[in-house]
Amino acid sequence: MKIHIKNGRLIDPANGIDAPKDICIASGKILAVTEPGKKPKGFSANKTIDAAGLVVAPGLVDLSARLREPGYEYKATLESEMQAAVQGGVTSLVCPPDTDPVLDEPGLVEMLKHRAKNLNQANVYPLGALTVGLKGESLTEMAELTEAGCIGFSQAAEPIVDTQVLLRAMQYAKTFGFSIWLRPQDACLGRGIAHSGPVASRLGLSGIPVIAETIALHTIFELVRQTGARVHLCRMSSAAGLELVQKAKKEGLPVTCDVGAHHIHLTDEDIGYFDANARMLPPLRSENDRKAIGKGLLDGTIDVICSDHTPVDDDEKLLPFGEATPGATGLELLLSLSLKWADEYVKPASQRLSHALARITSDAARIAGLHGGQLSVGSAADLCLFDPKARWKVEAGALASQGKHTPFLGHEMTGRVQATIVAGHLAFDRGLK
Amino acid sequence: MLPNPQLNQHGELQHLLTIEGLPKEVLTHILDTAASFVSVSDREVKKVPLLRGKSVFNLFFENSTRTRTTFEIAAKRLSADVINLNIAASSTSKGESLLDTIDNLTAMQADMFVVRHAQSGAPFLIAKHLRDTGREHVHVVNAGDGRHAHPTQGLLDMYTIRHYKHDFTKLKVAIVGDVLHSRVARSDIHALVTLGVPEVRVIGPHTLLASNLEQMGVRVFTDMNQGLKGVDAIIMLRLQNERMNGALLPSAQEYFKSYGLTPERLALAKPDAIVMHPGPMNRGVEIDSAVADGSQAVILPQVTYGIAVRMAVMGILGGS
Amino acid sequence: MKKNLPEPDAEALYRALLAQVNAGLVDIPDPVIVGIHSGGAWLAERLAADLGIPEERLGFVDVSFYRDDYAEKGLRADVKPSHIPFEVNGASILLVDDVLYTGRTTRAAINELFDYGRPAQVMLAALVDRGERELPIAADFVAEYLQVKDNQSIVLHRADDGIFSLTVEHAS
Repeated sequence: MKIHIKNGRLIDPANGIDAPKDICIASGKILAVTEPGKKPKGFSANKTIDAAGLVVAPGLVDLSARLREPGYEYKATLESEMQAAVQGGVTSLVCPPDTDPVLDEPGLVEMLKHRAKNLNQANVYPLGALTVGLKGESLTEMAELTEAGCIGFSQAAEPIVDTQVLLRAMQYAKTFGFSIWLRPQDACLGRGIAHSGPVASRLGLSGIPVIAETIALHTIFELVRQTGARVHLCRMSSAAGLELVQKAKKEGLPVTCDVGAHHIHLTDEDIGYFDANARMLPPLRSENDRKAIGKGLLDGTIDVICSDHTPVDDDEKLLPFGEATPGATGLELLLSLSLKWADEYVKPASQRLSHALARITSDAARIAGLHGGQLSVGSAADLCLFDPKARWKVEAGALASQGKHTPFLGHEMTGRVQATIVAGHLAFDRGLK
Repeated sequence: MLPNPQLNQHGELQHLLTIEGLPKEVLTHILDTAASFVSVSDREVKKVPLLRGKSVFNLFFENSTRTRTTFEIAAKRLSADVINLNIAASSTSKGESLLDTIDNLTAMQADMFVVRHAQSGAPFLIAKHLRDTGREHVHVVNAGDGRHAHPTQGLLDMYTIRHYKHDFTKLKVAIVGDVLHSRVARSDIHALVTLGVPEVRVIGPHTLLASNLEQMGVRVFTDMNQGLKGVDAIIMLRLQNERMNGALLPSAQEYFKSYGLTPERLALAKPDAIVMHPGPMNRGVEIDSAVADGSQAVILPQVTYGIAVRMAVMGILGGS
Repeated sequence: MKKNLPEPDAEALYRALLAQVNAGLVDIPDPVIVGIHSGGAWLAERLAADLGIPEERLGFVDVSFYRDDYAEKGLRADVKPSHIPFEVNGASILLVDDVLYTGRTTRAAINELFDYGRPAQVMLAALVDRGERELPIAADFVAEYLQVKDNQSIVLHRADDGIFSLTVEHAS
């Protein structure tokens, strides 16, 4: 299918472009990026899209989205979550291995990739389990899993208790050049349910102190120094933690990190009267921590924004705060929440869109070692067309995901995806001209 | 700021979930009303007809014979019908969800729920659910939720202090013990601060103090001898064995050595200081028997006032 | 405060009531007086003093817990404790209220008294009877019959020096 997208504002952070440009797609790849009104000789489109008023960007690359398959189909299915992805403009996503069964066998990975491919929507890049069953005891067949399609290895939210095992896992991964994705969370100190601070004290909720993150970071960095393994830190949450990451990067350690989109905007105060939608892992911390996250995204301490999409159903959220399952829906909020970050922190205003998009396209693809996140000629035609000014309300009916729970329920968001193209075919269309 | 879920649009008390956020006038109204109920217990017919025909459901997800009994007595003295439901936490996770239980009971014409739950915030979830399902006329009284609040205990503690000391604005009050896990401590702190007590002190070892307590308006002491100097009222908290997850204290004996209320320590407070305890007491752990049975202890009157205060709360809610 | 009628002289009415009560209690041995808060209580205090009835035979009731409009109006903000220092069983009680109107307050007060015990008899004294009864209640002693509009109320005041006055006000 030959597609011609005209009249849009092309923002491609990977190539430093933010200008009115037209784009031609053929055979699933980007054929040409031209001045408005021009097109390559002999190119005759099957479909023309008028992108007036829209931003034409690379499809979003989300480094953490739970699809809940295999095993948790009652919470969400591949069909619903992949639909949510393209409605959120996400064309590539990385899913953590904490499914049931855990993604520690090549066969499971192949099946997941196969199922996802057949849906013809976003590209799915699974993370394999670092240890069997995520139990933190024995190593998984990392080479086999990589061959099956894993782009890295993770413990999801189950930190390894035995430091010896973590050391060996890093040594093994380093041998083959595999990357390890770890949450900096001390297994024992991280057992509480809310950020340890005045809100948790007042509300009588057991606290997760900041040192649960910093102690884990110190351990991880020492192990990285020892082994040289490449580590990506998942879901930073504290100012103190970010200071350590900044020092580690200055030192030249091969570490990168991301933050969940919700944590850019919310704090422990948003728990309000025990709103279980605000129960998240890592916990929402103080305003001080939130500001450090915002600044960290600007100065490069934090490399990427991800949605940390976690569908949780009513049975697990309509519970007292301490019993509720942590997590929030995020695929369809990633764009708006990233734009909101840029509005608060990026100056001048003209730079906002390209900065926001970089954190969820080119930077994300680079960190994860993926091809997407750019609109270079010859690269896969994964695009997201959105109206940066459109306002929409976050409500159950507006979300394709089966996960309807987020602290942003009822809130108005700015920035809405109008169309998503994956490998040159229109995967989602809100009604283009 | 979210609207206070306890007050309706006229500012009347719709539920009693926590003392935090309630205006001083509301607290004073409850205490004043309780004073009228104290004398009811001395009459031949210990009942008034306020809640006649109403059903009060005691929904205790956490066992407590004492608290449940005082609520039952209070409700019956208001002529209400009382139904007791003891639902162990484990059966809820195996069977019905909390909200399903509430739906079933309101279908049985419950007018008021008195709820005790092991999770902080559970009564808020219930109150919100009742509002979302159009049942605003059903009232919720929090009989203790996790570590968060025990508002009727806080109120009866205030009633007791007012009875013996009269003017809140001239007092120093100390709360001693396992503040970290104590819903009584949190409710007492909010009440004392709201009623204008100029100095509220909290005394305990670091392991039993929550973080950032000063932000609740208290002075924190780890030295009990320092903390008790010149206080007018001492509220002793029970050392809650069942809530300790290990490694918080070495032993009850060592705790008593540094934090037990002995006659010597009591002498550091004002000579007419009153000694309070929410009960049940662990004699020899947080309090010496000589003090518990001594002239300054007002622990038994607290129980009497507890019934009157609970009658006042249910009487006020029932009419809103 | 709307004044439609010339306000009655409360002190004069009190003296009239005292005379009636004095005559009426002549054959009653050891009567007790119970005033209904707040106006009835003031009157009861004065009557007890003027009749030489000692304070251990003077009581007060606050009918807030016995009213029949609890479901609509809730509990009042200024509930006062009831105080009955004598044995109600077998007592001859003079119940005192300032204004007798629908009769519901009297009904509530009688119910409350019966929760204390079984009196031998209960008589009712009211300073003003404004008619419009909704229950079969009658006063034994009344100083004045007064008719006012539905949207008006008759209020008894007691000044700091103890002097009574009556006003007719717009009912809220």
